[in-house]
Amino acid sequence: MSVVTLTVNGQDVAVPAGASLLEATRAAEANVPTLCHLEGLTPVSACRLCLVEVEGSSKLLPACSTAAAEGMVVHTHTPRLREYRRMTVELIFAEGNHVCAVCVANTHCELQDMAVTVGMDHSRFPYQYPQRLVDATHPQFTLDHNRCILCTRCVRVCDEIEGAHVWDIGSRGGQCHIVAGLDEPWGQVQACTSCGKCVDVCPTGALFRNSDTTAEKQPNTTLPALLRTAREQRRWHNQ
Amino acid sequence: MIPTPPAAKLRLATVWLAGCSGCHMSFLDLDEFLFDLAEKVDVVFSPVGTDVKIYPENVDIALVEGAVANVDNLELALQLRQRTALVISFGDCAVTANVPGLRNLLDGGHDSARAVLERGYLELADATGQLPFAPGIVPELLPKVLPLHEVIPVDLYLPGCPPSAERIREAITPLLAGERPVQEGSAMLRFG
Repeated sequence: MSVVTLTVNGQDVAVPAGASLLEATRAAEANVPTLCHLEGLTPVSACRLCLVEVEGSSKLLPACSTAAAEGMVVHTHTPRLREYRRMTVELIFAEGNHVCAVCVANTHCELQDMAVTVGMDHSRFPYQYPQRLVDATHPQFTLDHNRCILCTRCVRVCDEIEGAHVWDIGSRGGQCHIVAGLDEPWGQVQACTSCGKCVDVCPTGALFRNSDTTAEKQPNTTLPALLRTAREQRRWHNQ
Repeated sequence: MIPTPPAAKLRLATVWLAGCSGCHMSFLDLDEFLFDLAEKVDVVFSPVGTDVKIYPENVDIALVEGAVANVDNLELALQLRQRTALVISFGDCAVTANVPGLRNLLDGGHDSARAVLERGYLELADATGQLPFAPGIVPELLPKVLPLHEVIPVDLYLPGCPPSAERIREAITPLLAGERPVQEGSAMLRFG
């Protein structure tokens, strides 16, 4: 197995060739925050929280979708990156309707956790209060667009793991939203197998089981990695 | 902005704007710490501590619960800022507008006051529904519910719905010694 060596925050690390910068930062225990990334799913660099500085590059690079390369010098927690990460989380809060106190995901929400991680004590950006809908047409699950941060984990898990490809992103810019099927009510999409994987991996309260009320949602984000290892390596988690 | 450690007692206010009073209930959950607090501060204005109606001058620290939702909230917020050294946004409603701010979703956010009143007093009423109108008695709603820091400068944020008694104590204790609390980590910062 060929290996690349690079420097993360002054520490030398070696990772297998083809590994991402995110894996390299984890090898250096650098704790780069992520929201859209999930083990077992293809990285998309949607949330921008894993941006890092690489010497010689004038741009910040998303660690999840950048390949680690020989000799890279990476910085993960410069003052600029910390400020951008906090700003990013504030903007995510401001652009949706995130009201932790009355959310199904309260106490189990990755966005709520991320606010703590980046030190957000308030938003410097005024909340936008966008007009968004709730799709409660599925017999078991609900999609609340108010809580959606467009991480696309649901899109990816349904396409890559379940193979049903129920979800996509519709529209553009500030109008972007998750669509079911051909932009139909979720309950009418025949491709949906009601497996619940999208609900399990959703980092916020956007997708939840109908039986869940405030602070009752219990996500299961280890599922995609487990299933992918089982299928591709014939290896189950407990073996 | 942090008051220096005083020879005399610090003058503490707690204020209740558009919130459910849950933050104040959490404040009362400080239990025996309230005795320690009473030795170090004079509570000069508080819905749970005094019967004073006019916000006094020369307040050192104010814990302000609730969003700014009506003209009374706005007037009191502006007044307390002028008369207080250190203003703390106390709880999620003050910090984010939280649940009171949900009415901002009505009417595209242009005039959610009118929309929420019509919904509550006309659309959901029986045949005798009417909008409340009592100038000078019932404060008029603002078109939009705002977090405190969009109305006045805020010195410290204490999120939580409500902030736990421990979080309140951890924030207040350093202030009594003239120091700024370290607002980091899940114990001090978590919303909800």
